[in-house]
Amino acid sequence: MSIFSKIITAIRGGASEAGEAIVDANATRIFAQEIRDAENHLTKAKRDLTGIMAKQMQAKRELDRINRSITEHEGYATTALNQGNEALALEVAEKIAGLEAELAEQQASFDNYEKGAIRLKDLVKGTERQLADYQRQLSMVKTTESVQKATAAITDNFSNSNSKLLNAKQSLERIKEKQQDFDDRMQAADDLAAEGSDQSLKDKLAAAGIGEQQTSANSVLDRLKSKQG
Amino acid sequence: MNIHLIANHLNELADNSDTGFTFDSLPIAGEVDVLQVTITGREEIPIFVSVTDDQILCIAYLWGEEEVKQDTRGEMLEAMVEMNIPMPLSSFSKIDDKYVIFGALSVNSSLHDVEHELSVLSDNSLEVINEMADYLL
Repeated sequence: MSIFSKIITAIRGGASEAGEAIVDANATRIFAQEIRDAENHLTKAKRDLTGIMAKQMQAKRELDRINRSITEHEGYATTALNQGNEALALEVAEKIAGLEAELAEQQASFDNYEKGAIRLKDLVKGTERQLADYQRQLSMVKTTESVQKATAAITDNFSNSNSKLLNAKQSLERIKEKQQDFDDRMQAADDLAAEGSDQSLKDKLAAAGIGEQQTSANSVLDRLKSKQG
Repeated sequence: MNIHLIANHLNELADNSDTGFTFDSLPIAGEVDVLQVTITGREEIPIFVSVTDDQILCIAYLWGEEEVKQDTRGEMLEAMVEMNIPMPLSSFSKIDDKYVIFGALSVNSSLHDVEHELSVLSDNSLEVINEMADYLL
């Protein structure tokens, strides 16, 4: 059974009760061991791959060397033939035949290394994929367990502090009220600030002798005098 | 990444958060370290943060099964499943008999990412309760 269905079965079956593990600890340990084994396989496969690729490179260099040598000797043989020295040309031709045999041998081992490298690369990819999948599954088990334990801690905390989780609608109402209260206070502060700036303008106007003037003692005296007159 | 780093970051932020929120965080003791994060003005819906080997989980409890109107429960579940993709960063789940909204981040996330996650999760949770109120008692 896949980890996914194990988790679903366990949750559905009520194993989510605090204290009961989704997948028993032993199974988790075995799983973690499988992951470590896969990691070891991967390391070994990668090391083998490096070795075989090095050998492949060496074989390639050898192939190049033999090919160069063949071309070189073919040049010598042609020159000898041109000079009419058939005996020397034959000797060179024998050397070329020997080089060609060596070339075939090197080519065979190069091909072998290449096949081996391809096989190991596939193995590495396959193991990496499997490892990623194991890790994902283990993460699912661990996360489920962690959430259960976290839930237990949260529940304990709430029951210890005697506070309880409010009903969702009540919580939202309270938060909205607080937001409204905050908004109202912001509005009041704005209004107050607006009034303040209005007042300061009036003060400036008054200082400049514009707008409503305060009655001064002098103006009262002037008014009284004018009545007398 | 661990909950203490997150707690320190949130507490040091004070008024300097660029999400416009003030966070308060309190570690809860237990078998697994859990950080209770509250946002000023939204204390009723705290967010619980825990860190596992490969992810940071942020969870907010929405409502309990007992708050769900049973005759429209199917509709509610469908609405929640449909909302899962459009809702930014958060998804729905159920832990025991509680419906929750959660976000999961890589343990390699920055503290700034965590802060962003918390603010979006909080906004989402309020909006969801608002939108789903008709399905609730």
